[in-house]
Formats: sequence, C-alpha cells, structure tokens
Amino acid sequence: MADTSLPEAMADAARTRGWRDRAILLVMFAAAAALPLIADAAGFPATTGIATQIACLAIAAASLNLILGHGGMVSFGHAAYFGLGGYAVGILWEHFRLGEPIFGLIPGSNQLLVTLPAAMLVAGLAALVIGALSLRTSGISFIMITLAFAQMVFFLFVGLKQYGGDDGLVVRRRNLVPGLDLREPAQMYWLCLGLLALWLWVLHRIVRSRFGRVLEGIRQSERRMAAIGIATYRYKLVAFVISGVGCGLAGALMVNYLRFASPEMMSWQRSGELMLMVILGGLGTTLGPVLGAGALVGLEYTLGGITEHWQFILGPILVLIVLFARGGLMSLLGYGRGRG
Amino acid sequence: MSVLLAEQLLNGLQFGVMLFLLAAGLTLVFGIMGVINLAHGSLYMIGAFGAALVANATGSWWLALLAGLAAAALVGMAMEFVVLRRLYARDHLDQVLATFGLILFFNQGIILLFGRQPLFVDLPSWFSGAVEIVPGVPYPSYRLLIIAVGLLVAAGLYVLIQHTRIGMLVRAGATHREMVRALGVDIRLLYTLVFGLGALLAGLAGLMAGPVYNVQVGMGEQILILTFVVVVIGGIGSVRGALFGALLVGLTDTMLRGFVPGFLRGMLPPDQADALGASLSSMGVYLLMALVLLIRPRGLFPAHG
Repeated sequence: MADTSLPEAMADAARTRGWRDRAILLVMFAAAAALPLIADAAGFPATTGIATQIACLAIAAASLNLILGHGGMVSFGHAAYFGLGGYAVGILWEHFRLGEPIFGLIPGSNQLLVTLPAAMLVAGLAALVIGALSLRTSGISFIMITLAFAQMVFFLFVGLKQYGGDDGLVVRRRNLVPGLDLREPAQMYWLCLGLLALWLWVLHRIVRSRFGRVLEGIRQSERRMAAIGIATYRYKLVAFVISGVGCGLAGALMVNYLRFASPEMMSWQRSGELMLMVILGGLGTTLGPVLGAGALVGLEYTLGGITEHWQFILGPILVLIVLFARGGLMSLLGYGRGRG
Repeated sequence: MSVLLAEQLLNGLQFGVMLFLLAAGLTLVFGIMGVINLAHGSLYMIGAFGAALVANATGSWWLALLAGLAAAALVGMAMEFVVLRRLYARDHLDQVLATFGLILFFNQGIILLFGRQPLFVDLPSWFSGAVEIVPGVPYPSYRLLIIAVGLLVAAGLYVLIQHTRIGMLVRAGATHREMVRALGVDIRLLYTLVFGLGALLAGLAGLMAGPVYNVQVGMGEQILILTFVVVVIGGIGSVRGALFGALLVGLTDTMLRGFVPGFLRGMLPPDQADALGASLSSMGVYLLMALVLLIRPRGLFPAHG
C-alpha cells in the first residue's frame, strides 16, 4: 500500500503488454490471411478448406462463449441456431432454384448480402423465443431445457420432407457476393476469416462495454446484481440472442462452404462440440474459442487419420482435459482467467 | 378406435415405465450429488448389450438378466470411481463435458466390440405370447411384464426412500447435502450406493428394452434426452416427480405418435404426412415441457424447499 510507484509500474507493464498483444494479433491475422497461399505453395490445398471450417466453427464458439464464459449460462443447445442459420441459406436457395416464394410471400435468394442477414435474423428470433422460456430456469434445468429445445428444432427439420428431411438439403452453388467469387476456396476462406475477425471485434467491444460488465457480474453472482437494482433477466436474454445471432451467421457460412445443410448440424453432439471448443480454448477469453475450434478440428482430423474409431481416443482425452487442464489453451499461453 | 386407444394407452404406460427406470436414477444422482451425468444413457445401452450378448449365446433369460444388471452396475461403479467422483465439486459445465467424453468413449467402444449392426433378442419363451386384456383385444404379455416390473420397482423405491434408514439419508441428502455431511454420515458411501442403484435401474431398463426395441449404438442418447424432459417436468431430485413425469411423457409421446400421422393424412400426401407427423410427435413432449416450465419453473414436484 505504501509504495505509490507500484500501480504506475503495473499500468506501464499492462500498456507494454497491450502493445505486444496487438502486435502478436496483427502477425497472427496476417499469417491466417496468407494461409491459402502457403497451403497451395506447400502442396496441401485441402488445408484451406479445413481452415474455412475452423473459421466458421470459431464464429459459433466465440458466440457461445459470450453467454457461457462471460454470462455463466450453460447452453447445451446452440447447435440449433447454427443449423437454423444454415437452413436459412439452404431454404432461400431452394426457393430461388424453384422460383417460387416461401409461403407465397418471401422470394428465394442466392445473394449472400441477403442470406446472411436473413440467417442471423432467423437464428436471433429463435434464440429470443427459446431464451425467453429457458432463462426462467437456471443451473441443471437450464442445461436440459436448452438441450430439449434444440432437439425439438432438430426433429422439426428431420420431418420437413420438402427440404430434404433426414437427408439434408443440397445447395448447388455458393451464394453470390459482389466483388468476390466464393467458388474460389481462398476467397471463401478470406470471407469467413474476415467475418470472424469482425465478429470477434464486436464481441470484444460488447464484453468491454457496460453491458458486458453487468453480464460478468451476473456470472459471478446474479443475486448481487439483482440486489443493486439490475433486471438480470433482460441482460441475460439480450446476451442469449446475440450469441444465437452469431451462431446463425456461422451456420450460414458453413452451409455456403459445404454447399449442404442437414439436421446433423443441429444435433446434440454438435452442441457438445461447440461447448468443448470454448472450454478447450479458454472460457471468457476473446481468442480462446478460435484456438479451441482449431484444436478440436485438428484433433479430429489427426485422430481420424489414425483410426476410424477416433472417438474412442477423443472421449478419454476430453475427460482428461476437463479433469486436469483448467483454463484451457489460453491459460497455457499465459492469458485468460482460471476458473473457480 | 377404442381398441387402438387401449393398446396405445398400454404402450404409453410401458414406455413411461421404462423412462421412469432411467429417470429415477438420474434424478437421485442430480438431487443428492448435484451431478449431471450424460453417460447415464450409456449404462442403459451397456445393460442392453450385456443381456443381448448372453441371451444370444446361452439362450438363458435368467443368465441374460444377471449379465445385463452386472454389466451396468460394474461399469457404473467404475465410472463413478474413476471420473464422476472427481466432478462432484466442479460446476455443471465440467460435468457435462466430461460425461460427454464418456459417451463418445462408450459408444465407440460398443462399435469396436459389436459393430454398427443392431442386435436382435428373442422374447423369453414364456412371455412371447399375447394376453387378452379385454375380450377381443390381445396385447403382448412381454410388454405387460415390463409394466409390472416398472410399477414394482416404483413401489420398492417408495418403500426404500420413505421407510428405511438409507432412504432417510437419501431424502436428507437431497434437501441439505452439507448438513448431512456435517452430521457425520459417510456421504461417499451414500453417493456410491445411490449411483450404483441408478446404474442398476438403467441396466434393468436397457435389458428389458432389448426384445422390444433394437439394441444398437446411440439407443442410450435417444432415451436420455427424453429422460431429461421427464426430470425437468417432474422436478429435479424428486422420485415421485420422476414417476409422474415419466408416465406423462410416455403417454403423451405414444399417443401423439399413434394419432398425429393419421390426423395429418387427411390434409397432406401420405409420405409427407407420415414424416411431418413423426417429427411433430417428437416435438410434442418438448412443447409439454415448455408449458410446464411456463407455469411451474421448478417442475411439478420440486424436491428442494
């Protein structure tokens, strides 16, 4: 307490660290952007595709992190919004192809500038309804209810035969964007990477805002926040909707990349994987979900290359990670917070 | 129509009883240990596979019963000892993820051992016939057996929980875990007992399910998610709620499946009607859950306070 220079020294250190982090971030982004060129030159063009998937999943995981890591809401059903965003693209394409409007009202579209906002809108509306109901509960009930609602959406799409039902829906050509040709793998990747960077920035701003502070307070003690006169339900619901919107965006990009939407996108395993990515990377960190998505997809590809039964190995690895590696990859790198 | 209705009612009762066997274990483990165990469905699957393996190899129904129960109980105890015991003090997120990892492990392990093809089990010979419940309405006697076993287990659990010393500790543990520990009860032993009981019931449900449904990988998760719905509707930690919720969900699900497709056929082409009917009936129980939550966010029979 006596030494007044200590806080100043800490502030200095934080400032230096802030500049260093920004430099690292810039280098990382440049390296990520150069990936397709490097992959082509090295003779591994398929890497670009894997990186595109990682970027899409990272958008979804980062969105889930907003409520999971910052808000303390354990949603086990976020694959539903991922899938809804994907199906928005798929269904708009299907009606564009057939040339008949949805319900005779909404015309189909193959323009990304239409389909992406539509996907985010649909996912956001679903998150609003599901969140409004689910947030009446907390703890274990909340986990199970979000899971149950996701299953409901899953079964709905399994039963919609006109959109492929169980077999899924093929989108023959990727959406069109002025100035880009998404049929080029590198351009598809750059689009996803750019949107990932943008979305991470948005989430970062949200977390740093007053809204984000309240959310963090709710995670630590909802009762305390309520006691100082904050209507916590509203804050939680808004965060839930934002994370749903992000997952919708991710799903829309994923369907554009895969040119295929299927109910599998919203299966409960997918919800579990999204949670895993957040934990693996580090809860409540900006870049953690990206690292987590990369690590999980990388692990799946590596193990999948060794044996068909890779889940037999992945399962115990996950258990070990949960039991012994708290704080995720970001804490190994010296960032983020421990969990308690 | 009334014959069909009677049949569907019994089918719903039978399904509800199966759900109860799973939900009872799950809700006790939640209520007392505060652990959410996604791998509870794996125990159901392991019970089914253990029984199917022995039944097909020896042809003895009694040996199969023993094998199914033993497999589920042993794997359950190993699961508690190796993984879950370390998760009691953790938050729900860790519990969900670790037990998610266990599901991947068990499902893939079963694929390694048995392959992806479903196993088929014959009905035990003295229950392969049908009984006329009302004159002119035959009903498979095996399904009646399931209903009887389930109701017996429910009665047994009632006696165990309401009228024995262990039951008293279980009830006390569900309301004030810390206080029970402070009073010097060996809570670890109680945990292991409760978990073992839950595993045994899950195994029992699995081995009885064998001859009715296919024994295949993933069977555990299908029913587990419905079991969650049951537990949420009934109220977490309450066995009475689990029974009531299970029967409600079982009846609702079966009735919707039985009647919605036929109803839709009047309006849509048959294949679309069947597919949409199946998915609408799958959604029905989740709507029921949403409705219950709107009115009673803590379930119909909340155990705590």
